[in-house]
Amino acid sequence: MPIASEAFLQQSGRAMTGTSKVTAKDVNVYYGDKHALKAVSLDIRANEVTALIGPSGCGKSTFLRCLNRMNDLIEGARVTGLITLDGDDIYDYSLDVVQLRARIGMVFQKPNPFPKSIFDNVAYGPRIHGLAQSSADLEEIVVSSLQRAGLYEEVKDRLSEPGTGLSGGQQQRLCIARAIAVSPEVILMDEPCSALDPIATAKVEELIDELRENYTIVIVTHSMQQAARVSQRTAFFHLGELVEFGDTEQIFTNPQQKLTQGYITGRFG
Amino acid sequence: MTEMVDQVRVSATAEKVNARLQRRYAVEKRFRFYGIASIVVALSFLAILLFSIISQGHTAFMQAEMRLSVTFDPSVIDPDGGRQKAVLSSADYTALVRNALLARFPEAEDRLARREMIALISQGADLELRKMVMGDPSLIGTTRDVWLPAAASVDQLRKGHMSRDADKGGQFTQRQLGWIDALESSGNLSSRFNKWLFTSGDSRQPELAGLWGAVVGSFYSLLVTVTLSFPLGVATAIYLEEFSTRNRWTDLIEVNINNLAAVPSIVFGLLGLEIFLNVFNLPRSAPLVGGLALTLVSLPTIIIASRVALKAVPPWIREAALGLGASRLQMVMHHVLPLAMPGILTGTIIGMARAVGESAPLLMIGMVAFIVDVPASPLDPSTALPVQIYLWAASPERAFVERTSAAIIVLLCFLAVMNATAIFLRKKFERRW
Amino acid sequence: MQFSILLVVLLLLSAVGFRMGRGRALQVGGPKARALHSLPSYYGYYVALWCGIPAVFLIAIWLSCEPFILQGIVVGALPADAKSLPSAQLSLLMNEVRQLGSSGDYQHASGAIASTAAEQYRNLRNMSFGAMAVISLAMAILGCVLGVRYIRPDLRARNKVEGVVKIFLIASSTVAIFTTIGIVLSLLFESLRFFRMISPVDFLFGLDWSPQMAMRSDQVGSSGAFGAVPLFAGTLLISLIAMVVAVPIGLLSAIYMAEYAHPNFRSVAKPLLEVLAGIPTVVYGFFAVLTVAPFLRDAGAAVGFSIASESALATGIVMGIMIIPFISSLSDDVITAVPDSLRQGAYGLGATRSETIKQVVIPAALPGIIGGVLLAVSRAIGETMIVVMAAGLSAHLTANPFEAVTTVTVQIVTLLVGDQEFDSPKTLSAFALGLVLFLVTLVLNVVALNVVRKYREKYD
Repeated sequence: MPIASEAFLQQSGRAMTGTSKVTAKDVNVYYGDKHALKAVSLDIRANEVTALIGPSGCGKSTFLRCLNRMNDLIEGARVTGLITLDGDDIYDYSLDVVQLRARIGMVFQKPNPFPKSIFDNVAYGPRIHGLAQSSADLEEIVVSSLQRAGLYEEVKDRLSEPGTGLSGGQQQRLCIARAIAVSPEVILMDEPCSALDPIATAKVEELIDELRENYTIVIVTHSMQQAARVSQRTAFFHLGELVEFGDTEQIFTNPQQKLTQGYITGRFG
Repeated sequence: MTEMVDQVRVSATAEKVNARLQRRYAVEKRFRFYGIASIVVALSFLAILLFSIISQGHTAFMQAEMRLSVTFDPSVIDPDGGRQKAVLSSADYTALVRNALLARFPEAEDRLARREMIALISQGADLELRKMVMGDPSLIGTTRDVWLPAAASVDQLRKGHMSRDADKGGQFTQRQLGWIDALESSGNLSSRFNKWLFTSGDSRQPELAGLWGAVVGSFYSLLVTVTLSFPLGVATAIYLEEFSTRNRWTDLIEVNINNLAAVPSIVFGLLGLEIFLNVFNLPRSAPLVGGLALTLVSLPTIIIASRVALKAVPPWIREAALGLGASRLQMVMHHVLPLAMPGILTGTIIGMARAVGESAPLLMIGMVAFIVDVPASPLDPSTALPVQIYLWAASPERAFVERTSAAIIVLLCFLAVMNATAIFLRKKFERRW
Repeated sequence: MQFSILLVVLLLLSAVGFRMGRGRALQVGGPKARALHSLPSYYGYYVALWCGIPAVFLIAIWLSCEPFILQGIVVGALPADAKSLPSAQLSLLMNEVRQLGSSGDYQHASGAIASTAAEQYRNLRNMSFGAMAVISLAMAILGCVLGVRYIRPDLRARNKVEGVVKIFLIASSTVAIFTTIGIVLSLLFESLRFFRMISPVDFLFGLDWSPQMAMRSDQVGSSGAFGAVPLFAGTLLISLIAMVVAVPIGLLSAIYMAEYAHPNFRSVAKPLLEVLAGIPTVVYGFFAVLTVAPFLRDAGAAVGFSIASESALATGIVMGIMIIPFISSLSDDVITAVPDSLRQGAYGLGATRSETIKQVVIPAALPGIIGGVLLAVSRAIGETMIVVMAAGLSAHLTANPFEAVTTVTVQIVTLLVGDQEFDSPKTLSAFALGLVLFLVTLVLNVVALNVVRKYREKYD
C-alpha cells in the first residue's frame, strides 16, 4: 500500500473531519492471565484530538498501544476484537505491521531521540520508508517537519549535533517532528508531557493543537487539565473498562457516570 | 527507680562490650591483614612469573654472530657459469664457510682442529650464504665481510650460560676458547639482533630457530576463527536477545552455550580430531582445522559478551524505531547493533586473545609437529605460537630454554596489545544511559 | 585456489543480481517508485539471494558427498586382490591415494596400484569440480533470472529478505547445540568401540594404567592395563592442591576488594589480578617446569624431603595461581551483589566490619561462592597444558603430593599426539577418558550454573 502524499492527506483530512478514522470494536487485551482491557469500543474521529484519561493501570496506555500494534512486542500479550483504520482491519494477517506503523506514528512518554544527529533523527523514518527521492527531498522533509514541530528556529544551526543534547522539551518536540516526518495519518501520544516542565508542556500542548489540522491525534494523559485543554473528545478508562466517552466539554462539565464524576473532581485517582 | 535500674543495666552492657572490644578489634585487624596478604601473594606470584620469564628470555633477542670474509668462489658455486637457479641452489656453500674459516685460522690444519673450528659456526651458516647468492647472483666472484650466526654453544658461552671449564659442563677445548677470544677481541664476534627469531620457522639448531612459522600459523588459525565465530556469535546473540521469545528451545540453546563456555578446551580438540579429521578428512596439522576448533572454543565467549552488549541498549531505542515503522531487523541493524558494537568488539577481541593463547585443542588436531617451513596457506601444516612454546619447552638444549622464554614474551606482547585494544575500545565508546 | 575463484565469481554474480533487481524494481515501481512495497534495494537483495543461496547450497551438499562417492568409485576400480584387503589396510591405502591425488606427485607411491588409483582419483576430482562449478554457476544465473521475473510492485521483498536473514540467525544459534551433539557423538562413538575391547568396569575401577603394554603384546585387550583409577586420583590430587591454594587467596582477595579496598586501590589491583587470568596456560606450564618445580625440589632437599621434579605439589600450586583470579572475580561479583541493607542491619547492631562479613555477607553470598568454586574445580580438572608440561607421565596411585602423578588430560594428550591407529585400544582409551572428563565437568558446570543462577535471582 503506498503511503498517501501529504497534499492528498491534507485535502482528504479536511474533507473527512468528523468522520471515523480509527474504530475499535469489542477490544480485549490479555497479558498472560491478566485481563487488561475489557470489551472496549471506541470511535476516533479524523482531525480531532482524542484524550484517554483514567487512573494508573486503567488500560489507557494498553489501548493506545493496540492501535499501532506495539502490544505485539510484549510477550504473552493477546488482543481480540476488531480495530480498523479507514475500514481496514489492522490485525489482519495480510497487513504489514511495518506499514501500519508508518501510517500511525507514535510519541512516547519519555523523549527518546536516537543517539544520532538531529537531522538523522528526523530523516530516519523517510529513509526506511523511501519517502525521499534525493537528498534535497530529504532535507526538505526534515526542515518542514522540524518547522511544523516548532523546533526549527531553535535548532537550525546545529542539525548535525546529537539529538540527545537538547533539553527535555526540545527532545520531545524532536520526537514529534520525527513522527510527522513519515507523514502519518494518526499520531499516538503516550503521556508526552509527563517528563517535561510546565513551560515545555505548554509548548507541546500548543503544538498538538496545531497538528490537529493535519493529523488525527490520540493522547494518553493523566492530567485532566491537559485533556481539557487540548482534546475535543475524551474517553475515561477505569480498571480496564471504558467508562465514559464523549465530547470533552460534556465529560468535564456534565459527566454521565458517577465514576467519571468522582475522578474528575479528584475524589479518587 | 526504674531509671536507676536502666542505667545500671546499660553500663553493664557497655562494660561487657568494652571487655571484648579490644579482642574484636584485633580480630578485625587480623582479617583485614589476611585480605591484603592474599592480594599481595597473588600479585607477587604474577611478579615472580613475569620476572622469571623476562630474566630468562630477554637474552634471546640478541645472539652471537661471527664476521668472516667470505669469498664467493665461482668454481664452487657455479662452475659452468650458467647462473641457473638449480645449480646455484644446490651448490656446496658449506665449502665457502669452511674456506672462510680456514682463511681466518690458518693454524687449523689437522682434521680434529678443522672439526673444532667448524663447530664454532652455526650449521646453518651455509644456508645464509645460499640465500645471499640466490638473492643477488652478482656476488659470485667477490669477497665480502659477512656476519654469520655462531653456533648456539658459542652464544651460550658468551651469555655466561655455559662454563669455560670442561669439568663444569663446558663444551669447548682450550684451542676453541682461544679462537673465540681472538674473534671477540678483534671485534669479529659480537652480539647482534636475533633476526632469525622473527623471520624463520622452527629448526633443530637453536640459533636458527624462529617463531615466524608459528606466528603465521597462529595468524591463519585466528583468521579462520574470526571469520566464523564473529558472525555466528553475533547472529546467535541477536537471535536470542532480539527475535526469540523465551521458550524451551531457547532455554536449550542457552544451557548449551553456558555449558560450552565451561567445557575443557581439550574436549573441543577431541571433537576436532574426530569430526574434522576423521569424518571430513580435512588435512592434519592445518591452521584451518585449528581455526575451526578455536572457533568452537571462542564462540561461547563472543555470544555471552554480545548478549550483554545488546542487553545494555535501552529498550526505548527499540520502541522509538518500531514506532516509526522500522521492521525488527531494521531496528536491530540501524540502531541496536551499532550501539552494541563497541561491547561486542571488546568481547570478540577478548575471545580472540583467549584463542591465541589456547594450545590444548591444537595438540589434538596435530598442530604440534616439527615444521620448518612457514605455512603459505591455511591448509599447510603448521604450528601456532603457544604450541611452539610447548615444543621448545620440551627441547633439552639450554639455548631453547632462553628461546622459549623469548617466545613467551612475544606471545604476552601480542596478548597485551589485544587486551589493550579491547580496554581502549571499551573506555572510548562505552555509553552510559 | 580454483575454489576461491568459483566463490568470487558467485559473489560477483550476486552483485550483478542485486543491480538487476534494483533496476527492475525502479522500472516497475512507477514514478518515484511510489508503487513499490519495499525500498528498491530490498528487491536487489531479493534477487541476489535467489542468485547466491541455491548455488551455495548445491556446493555445500556436493562437497560433503563428494569424498564418499569418489572413494566408492576408486575402491570399486581397484584390482580384486586390493579390494579384498582388510578394512584397516584398505583405508590406509585410500589415505595414500587421496594424498597422492591431491599433490599430483605419484613418484612416492608405494606401488602401481596406489599410483593408478591416485591418478584416477585425481581425474575424477577434477571432473567433479568442473561439473560442480558449471552446475552451480548455471543455478546462480537461473536464480538471477527467476528472481528478476518475480519482481512486481506488490512483492513484499523486504519481508522475504528479512525472512532469510532470520533463518540465518536461527541457524547460527543452533551451532551451540550441534557442537554439544558433536562432542557427545564423537566421544561416545569411539568410547563404545573402546568398551567393546575393555570392560567399562575394568576401566572405571581398575587400579593399573599402562596403555603401552597393549601395543607390545599385540593382543588386544588381554594384556594392556586400562584401569583409570590412578588417573582419576592424580587429577583429583592436583585439583585439590590447586583449590587449597586458590580458594583462600582468591576469596580473601575478593572480600578485601569488595569490602575494604579504597576505589583507587581496587582500580589498580583488580585489573592486575585479571592479568593472571589472561596468561596462557602454556606459560604457566613453563613457569612450573622452569621455576616452581626446581625451587620446591631444592627446598625439599634442604630440609631432607625428597620432592620429585614433576611433583603434584608444584603442578597444583601453579594451577592454583592460574585459578586465583577466576575465584576472586566470581566471588567479587557475588559479594557485591549482596544487598547493602543486610550490611546496614549488622552495622546497626554494632558489629565490626569483619563480623559483618563473616556472619552476614559470606553466609548470604555462600551459594554463589560455592557455585564459583565448583566452576573452578571443573576448570582445574579439565586444565591441560600445565599438567602436560609439569606433571608426570606414568601412573602412580598415591596421595603423596611430593610424588609425580599423572592426570586424565595428560594421558589424552600423550595417547593422541603423534601417529595414531584408530583400532588400538590405546588410542581409543583417550576418547573414553575424554568422555569421562566431559561428563564430570558437565555435571559440575550444570550444578554450578544452577546454583549461581538461583543466587542471582534471589537478589535481583
